[in-house]
This record gives sequence, structure tokens and C-alpha cells, in this order.
Amino acid sequence: MNRALAQKLGFAFLGFITLVVVLPILLVVGVIIARGISAINWQFLTTMPHGGMKEGGILPAIVGTLLLTLGTALVAVPIGVGGAIYLSEYARDTGLTRSIRLAIVNLAGIPSIVYGLFGLGMFVLFFRFGTSILAGSLTLAIMTLPVIISTSEEALRSVPQEFRTVSASLGGTRWQGTRNIVLPQALPGIITGVLLGLLRAAGETAPILFTVAAFYLPRLPRSPMDQTMALPYHLYVISTQVPGMPLSVQYGTALVLLALVLSLNIVASLLRRHFRRKRQW
Amino acid sequence: MKRRRHFSEFAVETLIRILGFSTIAFVLLIFLFLLREGLPVFFEVPPGTLFSAHWYPTYGIFGTLPLILGSILVTLVSIVIALPLGVATAVFVREVAPAWAREILKPIIEVLAGIPSVVLGFFGMTFVAPLVRQVLGAPTGLTAFTGALVLAYMALPTVISVAEDALDSVPKSYRDAGLAMGATRWQTIWRVVVPAARSGILTAVMLGMGRAIGETMAVMMVTGNAGVLPTSLASLFQPVRTMTATIAAEMGEVARGSTHYHALFGIGIILFVLTFLINLAAASAIFQKKRRGGLR
Repeated sequence: MNRALAQKLGFAFLGFITLVVVLPILLVVGVIIARGISAINWQFLTTMPHGGMKEGGILPAIVGTLLLTLGTALVAVPIGVGGAIYLSEYARDTGLTRSIRLAIVNLAGIPSIVYGLFGLGMFVLFFRFGTSILAGSLTLAIMTLPVIISTSEEALRSVPQEFRTVSASLGGTRWQGTRNIVLPQALPGIITGVLLGLLRAAGETAPILFTVAAFYLPRLPRSPMDQTMALPYHLYVISTQVPGMPLSVQYGTALVLLALVLSLNIVASLLRRHFRRKRQW
Repeated sequence: MKRRRHFSEFAVETLIRILGFSTIAFVLLIFLFLLREGLPVFFEVPPGTLFSAHWYPTYGIFGTLPLILGSILVTLVSIVIALPLGVATAVFVREVAPAWAREILKPIIEVLAGIPSVVLGFFGMTFVAPLVRQVLGAPTGLTAFTGALVLAYMALPTVISVAEDALDSVPKSYRDAGLAMGATRWQTIWRVVVPAARSGILTAVMLGMGRAIGETMAVMMVTGNAGVLPTSLASLFQPVRTMTATIAAEMGEVARGSTHYHALFGIGIILFVLTFLINLAAASAIFQKKRRGGLR
């Protein structure tokens, strides 16, 4: 066969496969928007559910997810960024450092439901936090760590070595160089990584099943020791556990969750783009 | 004043060191708590029945074989779907597509990575499963195949991005050499670039598998959750139940300290060890490539 023709056909085939991958993604987003938009109104977003969740809004689930994400950030960001600073600025290439990297790879690979079991065993039962926002946030935070550490480390490493050398040559200690020079330069990348980690935490269901999520709790949580409803778990509940749930409410809930997560995603990539353009090195 | 600064600096650096090591502690803690709650099952249930073919917790029968096979079936089929799609897409995006198309394709694939698994499960349940049912003419669309299909798309962003990295790390000189020999771009891609990237593509497969075998919510919502032993290829179009879905569906109702409770943690141990091994293999492939440093 003609070689040029073979190449043309081959490239067209690859393009076709790429469409097979990409079009369903657009379909998912499109269908959820089209079927869910009719359920979305002010009342849906700002009132308590009632009538066996078939009526009213999803406010406690939205607030619950925001609180869990905030709790996750409070725990995971200091640990994750600190760990990344250690790996990028302090660690030498020793066996111990390699074990840390291996631990990060494995943390990233542990199934989310296993995090749920761990959270149940350690935070809910052993530390007696009960099913609470505290237990759920801690569980989600440990799950989010590997994302935050690896993206932050990458951001720190992308700061040119000369910056550190100059800081040291002016008599700065390693910590002064890290805090005043490297960290500010890496901050945009770190923020992007943190957002990516948090949006994953916000959408997770399995880790919160046994650690925080309430099936039906039509009030706002009062303390970190409270249970709460959460968007992902609420979507699971109304789509599988409640018979006769109107489909539009299910799709509406899916749309709110999707919008929350994707908007974080878009903010993260816009930030990345913005700072990459502004960067002077 | 000077001494104080030195002390605070010492404190900060010590803290950072501790945070650096914390990840190791977390992995150990996770394993420890799984063992603490799950190990008793190996004494409460005779080892022979633990891997037998029936999982009837209400009758005190805890055979994990159908769950393990269910997970393996769904995972393998999903990777059989995701591997060709993922590699072809990675090749298209990295080697063929013009820059403007890449600018559109990459964000869309990133969107897929960001969609929560419960949302994909919900979509699979309400949109994909009815389609599968119609096409197959089966009594239900909630089958192992539907699960594998949804899982394949969930694994795709991982497979694509790792495969792209692998293609990226093939030196330009390889491509130049192929073209200089008179090969077309198409021939160069398939006979030179992709073979040179195969260890990275293998890593992509393993990471994708790790992601698929641990996936919970989407699988639970679309596979139908029947604890039947998958015995033949026909099982692919029947409901199955995976290890992850079993834990998620049953943990809420068990009494703490019961054999059933310990058994669910026991499944957690199996999952932990499985994904640990898969990721260890994937990581060693990555480390090896770095150490050898031949490519690049």
C-alpha cells in the first residue's frame, strides 16, 4: 500500500479513537447540565430538605462538603507543604528519602474505601472522635497528602538553583533562603496543587461513608464533632437508597457537585496559566 | 537575638523533617489499623472457607473468592478497554495533533480526571446501564461489563498522562533517525517511538489497574452487586460484586467486633496488599528508568 496513504489512514484512525475518548466526557457533562439545570433554583441551594428528601433543598449537603473541604485543607496543607519543602530543599538522596517517596506513591495508590476503613478504625473508634467532621476531615486529609506533596515538590523544584545559591552567598541560611526566596516563587504552583488535591477530597464518597456522612440530617452542623450530610454521599443516597426520588432532583444534585468540583478545577488551571505567563525565569 | 533566631530556625527545620517523614508513618498506621481490626477474621473463620465460593454474611459464610474474582474481572476488562484507547489518544495528542487541537484536548481529559466517582457512577447507572441493557437485550444493564466500561474511562486520564510522559521521554534523536532512514512519521511512531516508550506504557497500565481495582462508588452503583462467582466469559454480562463495593455496602450495617466486621476489614487488608504490590511494581519501573538514565 502507498505509504503516504497508510500514514493518512493511521492518523485519521488515531483521531477517531481520540474522539471516542473525548466525546463521552462532553456527553457526561452535557447530559448532567441539561437534565439537572431545571432543578436548580435559589430554594434548592439554600433550604433544608424535607418530605423524605424529595422536597426542599440540599443546603446541609453543600455546607457539609464545604466544611469537610476546609477541614481537609487545615490539616493537609501544612503537612503536605512541609513535607514537600523537606523533600525538595533538605532531603539528600538516601535510602530513607527513597522510602518517603515510595510511601507517597503508595499513599496515592491506596483505594479510597481503604482510607474509609482506616478512618473508622483510627479516628472514629480508637481516638473516639465518633462519626464527625473531625474524623472525616482527618481521613480525607491523609488521602489528599500525596497529591499536595508531589505537586508542591514539583513547584519548589522548578525554582532555579541559582536563586538558592545567591541567597546562600549573601549569608542567608538554608531556611532563610527557603522562606524568603524559594517559597514565594513556588507559591502559585503550590496553590494550584493544593486546589487539585482539595477538589479530589470534595468529590470523594468512600472515605466519608463511615467517618462523617449522615444519611439525613436536616440541620447545619454545630461543631467539628457533629455529623453532617455531604454532597457526594447525598447523591449516592438519593440515587440508590431512596425509592421514587424525582430524577430531576438527582441530576440537580449531581450538577451542583460537578459545578463545585469543575469550578475549582478551572480556577486551578487559570491560576497556573496566569502565573506561568508572569514568571520571569 | 542571634541565638534566638538560630533556635527558632532549628525548631522549624526539625518540624519540616518530621513532616517529611510523616508519610511513612501514615502508610504504617493505615496498615496497622487494618490489621488490628481485620486480623481476627483469620482466626474466626477457617482458612479453607475464607477463600471458598460463597459470601453469605447473614449465614456466617465468608468466602471471599467471588468478590476477589469480581474485582479482577472488572479490572482486567477495564484495562483491556483503557489501554488501547489511552495509548492511541496519548500518541495522537503527543505526536500527531497540531498545537491548537492539543490545547483543546488536554483540558477536556483533565475534566474527566476531576469528575467525582459518584457522579460517574450516577451517570453510568441512569444513562449507560439502560443503553447496555437495550443493546444486549439483557434483563439488567447493571453488569460487570458496564462497570468495566465506566472504570475504563476513570482509568483513562491516568493511562493517557503516564503514556504521554513516556512518549515525551523518548529522545528526539530517535525520531530523527527513523525519519532519516526514509520511514514515514507513522512508521517512526509505531516502530521506533512507541517501542522505546514501552516501559513507561507498562507503568501506565499498572497505575491504571491500581486505580481501577480500588475504585468504589462508581463500581458499586453500576455492577449490580450480586455476589455470584464469575466462572465464564458470560459472567461479564451479568451482575458481579467487587471487594470495594462489598466493604462500602455492608460496613454501615455490621456490629463492631463481629466476624462480619472483621471480615470486611480483612478484605481491606487484601486490597491494601494488592494495590501496594501494584504500585511497588509501577514505582520500581519508574525508579529503574531514572537510575539507568539511558533515554533522555
